[in-house]
Amino acid sequence: MATPDPASPTETQEDTQPYALEAQKICKSFGSVEVLHDVDLTVPPGTTMSILGPSGSGKSTLLRCINWLETPDSGRIFLGGAPVGRRPDGKLMSDRELAKVRARMGMVFQSFNLWPHFTVLQNVIEAPTQVLGMSKDAAIARAEKLLEKVGLSEKRDVYPYSLSGGQKQRVAIARALCMSPEVMLFDEPTSALDPELIGEVLAVMRDLASEGMTMVVVTHEMSFARDVCEEVVFMDKGKVVERAAPADFFSNPKTERARQFLTRYA
Amino acid sequence: MTDWEIVFSEWPRFAAGFGTTLTLFLLSTIGAFLIGMLFVNILYGRNRIARKAVGIYIDGMRMLPFLIFVYLLYYGLPSVGISMSAWTAGIVGLTLYHCAYVAEILRGAWSQLPSGQAEAARAQGHHGLRMFGRIILPQLVLNSAPILGNQLIYMLKDTAFLMIITVQELTYAASSVQSMYFVPLEPFVVALLLYWLMSLSIEGIVLIVNRFAKERGLGDT
Repeated sequence: MATPDPASPTETQEDTQPYALEAQKICKSFGSVEVLHDVDLTVPPGTTMSILGPSGSGKSTLLRCINWLETPDSGRIFLGGAPVGRRPDGKLMSDRELAKVRARMGMVFQSFNLWPHFTVLQNVIEAPTQVLGMSKDAAIARAEKLLEKVGLSEKRDVYPYSLSGGQKQRVAIARALCMSPEVMLFDEPTSALDPELIGEVLAVMRDLASEGMTMVVVTHEMSFARDVCEEVVFMDKGKVVERAAPADFFSNPKTERARQFLTRYA
Repeated sequence: MTDWEIVFSEWPRFAAGFGTTLTLFLLSTIGAFLIGMLFVNILYGRNRIARKAVGIYIDGMRMLPFLIFVYLLYYGLPSVGISMSAWTAGIVGLTLYHCAYVAEILRGAWSQLPSGQAEAARAQGHHGLRMFGRIILPQLVLNSAPILGNQLIYMLKDTAFLMIITVQELTYAASSVQSMYFVPLEPFVVALLLYWLMSLSIEGIVLIVNRFAKERGLGDT
């Protein structure tokens, strides 16, 4: 079998669709610390995947490399077969090109990052109107539907400052969804929440997964990984150590590191 | 005529001076903000040489007395072949001097802004000037309104220095009434009250901006 050309995306085996998301040989160092070492990741369309691992394993950095919030030192990222961050000839994309491809991915952050000077509704319609050029009316109509979906219709005109953490994160999810993204990236979406608020955010994410959204979720919520995800990726020391269906991973981890991790967290 | 009556009979002079001061102040405010915003974008940009140059400019300006700066602009530059009217020199001086402070205030506010604010915008495809204008700048202004207001008051008071390069602003008006009629007190009391009025207006605007900030959980709460 021929080795795949590293500068082009690979296609899934069942059909000729490209992966929703593909990372090839991603390396990233901060100073002398190597955070990611030759990481490969493929996410078929419609898959909900969780990335697990101890802190410092590089999972958040990998997620941030996927939408180029961190620039990988080497390696390639593809979104639905299209390059992210670097053009096919290897040159860095301009800000405009990068913005265009980023607009096709949604990202939800640990610290919510809602824009405090905008109301909830303004937060949700900002990128659709300003980046996609959608009309304000159309964006508001879509935003209202999404706010209803995350259970926050009555908060549309308040400022983020007055919301609880769980509400903020649900607004952040609605904000990302309003761009109709092909893929949703979640960077520890519940880690900054009080325990009693985690459930409301996970419920929204569970709905999304059941609707077939392609999701990559960096998380410490083992129950979410086990019950909702189709695949689990376990990272340690900057490498993907295991990749399996959750049932296999949680009942029968193949590596010693994963076993140790699971006894501590699960 | 009493001294006060003399002063009031000269009201057109004060009115003209007040108008000049206000115009100088407003135009320089706009100029200083535009250049200040440009500078802060360069300071947070990728061009290392431009960053360094702007840093040196800001530090250099802040170490320079304003009076000497405008003196050089108006009386010094003609000797190297650049001459401008007193009015132009005044606006250029105020703008170039105070933009350094505005840039520094905005830079300070930006350094306090969580990095996630820009990341969330970038992650949704925002970039460039539009991202700065819609996501970053409003927060910088809301978070630093009192300090910006303070700087505007400094700028207003610095317009008085322009008298020495013959700009006929408010202090010039007071001074000329004083020397025409030998009334040393009253003209300056009038000028002072007018400066107060303008400063209080600036303070008023700061209060309104601060209320905006508080409603959003921002600013000096």
